[in-house]
Amino acid sequence: MPWCASTLMQVWCFAYAEAMNAAALSQSNDHEWKLTGGWTVHSLGTLGQPLDVDACAHGDIILNGEKLEALDSAGAWVLHVWLQRHGAAATLQHWPPRMQALMEQVGAYTQLKAEPKAGPNAEPQAQQNAEPNAKRSDNNVTVVLTQPPLVRLLANIGRSAYAVGEQALALLTFTGQTATTALNLIRHPTRIRWRAVLHNIQIGGFEALPIVGLTAFLLGVVVAYQGADQLKNYGANIFVVELVGYSMLREFAPLITAIIVAGRSGSAFSAQIGTMVVTDEIDALRTIDIDPTELLVLPKIAGLLIALPLLTVFADICGVFGGMVMARSQLGIGFYEFLDRFGREVDGSAFLVGVGKSLVFAVIIAGVGCFQGFRTVDSADSVGRQTTTSVVQSIFLVIVVDALFSVVFNILNI
Amino acid sequence: MTNQDLVIEMRGVSTHFGKRAVHTDLDLEVRRGEILAIAGGSGSGKSVLLREMILLQKPSAGLIKIFGDDIASLDEAATHHLRQRWGVMFQKGGLFSALTVRENVGLPLREHTALDDKMIDAIADWKLSLTGLEPDDGVKLPSALSGGMVKRAALARALSLDPELLFLDEPTSGLDPASARGVTELILKTHALYGLTIVMVTHDLDLLWRASDRVAVLGEGRVLMTAPMAELQHNDNPIVQEYFVDARGDGRTDARSDAHIQARGQTAATSPLSAPSSAPSPAPATTAAPYGR
Repeated sequence: MPWCASTLMQVWCFAYAEAMNAAALSQSNDHEWKLTGGWTVHSLGTLGQPLDVDACAHGDIILNGEKLEALDSAGAWVLHVWLQRHGAAATLQHWPPRMQALMEQVGAYTQLKAEPKAGPNAEPQAQQNAEPNAKRSDNNVTVVLTQPPLVRLLANIGRSAYAVGEQALALLTFTGQTATTALNLIRHPTRIRWRAVLHNIQIGGFEALPIVGLTAFLLGVVVAYQGADQLKNYGANIFVVELVGYSMLREFAPLITAIIVAGRSGSAFSAQIGTMVVTDEIDALRTIDIDPTELLVLPKIAGLLIALPLLTVFADICGVFGGMVMARSQLGIGFYEFLDRFGREVDGSAFLVGVGKSLVFAVIIAGVGCFQGFRTVDSADSVGRQTTTSVVQSIFLVIVVDALFSVVFNILNI
Repeated sequence: MTNQDLVIEMRGVSTHFGKRAVHTDLDLEVRRGEILAIAGGSGSGKSVLLREMILLQKPSAGLIKIFGDDIASLDEAATHHLRQRWGVMFQKGGLFSALTVRENVGLPLREHTALDDKMIDAIADWKLSLTGLEPDDGVKLPSALSGGMVKRAALARALSLDPELLFLDEPTSGLDPASARGVTELILKTHALYGLTIVMVTHDLDLLWRASDRVAVLGEGRVLMTAPMAELQHNDNPIVQEYFVDARGDGRTDARSDAHIQARGQTAATSPLSAPSSAPSPAPATTAAPYGR
């Protein structure tokens, strides 16, 4: 590298946004390099790259820091990498002590990284802190790198299975605890917290009326509309009453109500309890001898047990009304005719089946919501995750249980 | 000392989380009427130990006696009774965010006594003023309080049933020095007024010096020693040394402050720069320093 020995000044200058002069490195003679400008993240520009490629310094050189305006971690890092790459040993001349200490730090850090267990002169404190970390990362590396994909897959399956099992066991514990507390409370009814129950009915039931009503109405419209097309072909217009009546009362009204309430109240339960876990409120309750199950879980379950069937009845009414509106406009069946047939043909058991199912859904939604809330660990992130899980799980369980009901009712001929 | 004088007695307590052992064979005694501080570095299991005392967590092994009763064998009624004999102040306060401050303080009374609402509010206000809060603060929600006020309100709630035993988890953490001093004074005042036994977890040295009768130092999974601060200061156990002597400011021998002093002292334009692998050398008179590869 003939140009390397030249005493010509080689200067790199780059655009910079700061008031400081751009970082530059120039060679003043064979052994001496001069640093000028501010070697900081902002005024460094793209100096890092040309230093990697072009410049060469080797052997023992002197780095003159007389004109060095500033040096931060990035600047020290660039300089250090440059020296290392060319195997140069530098003597720092006219460097401000603080910047010199920073260069020293970079050296110490790379040394530590290269041989974590060596470094007899590293201060003991740093060693103590660094060693477990190094060991830990070593372990991680071996875990990640040495396992073949198949083993990793199996490990993941195992881990997931374990997590599912653990959660099932926790759910069982939670159910048992809640049931015991509920039985206890039934024996001492004066301890039932009616205010909390009423509050939950208002929040989870009354305030959900508009959205539940609207959704059920639209669902009735859709069912009647889809049915009308087919029924017209056979001239069986009047059967739209049975179609709307049975499908809304038995299936759609309880299901859509449960799904909306799971989204509204289930998530709220999880988030509330989860936040209380994070802010130590649950622990505080326990230490002042108030059972969180009694104060938080049971009023929520009781509230939904009352609110959800009532909401379902409301959804029944709105859904059938939606069907009626559609039957009149599409099939020419008047309200009177519709209701007349509805009263004669639609079995009362359909209504009871729907409302009965909603009782089970209420327990599922409130139970899962509270359970996931209590599974929150100490972070805001966890509150969000448990809330999502609670909504997904309760909707899933509601649909699974609904399917089971269909099978059971079919067998029992209800 | 007879067992009657021990409010809390822990014998051979071990706690494991999976493979990680937090406590192994730990012994601790709390005497009636004292202020015992539990100190130790981060991760030494101070908070876990406190949680085990207040029945929030079960140790993996060992015996914990509170007021002479083994807490593992308490029936439900005895557990309820025990929980109403103590007060707990949590690090984050643990105030119920849905209730006003006054309702928070009155909650234990409302739950466990037959007092009417008017009287409960009056007592709650009294406790609030005792802890240095204004009557106006009582109607605020906890979210409207500052950090120091939250700690005071939490202490007021912990005191609402006039407990015999008070647990404080990091009572001064996250407070500015003035508020921390205020809380320290409050703890001393409360202790003098009620004559209760206080167990506190803290690493606030000011609090340790001013308010603790004895300090239990946790390290290596056990209680290294339990002694007044003045004795701990002259203890030669390295962990105790590191924790107390250094931080008091009279043992500035650590490498960090050395380096700091050295860096400050070097006003010359150049100074030696030693690579980490070589031993630190005294400052040579030359104007240059080698920078190792």
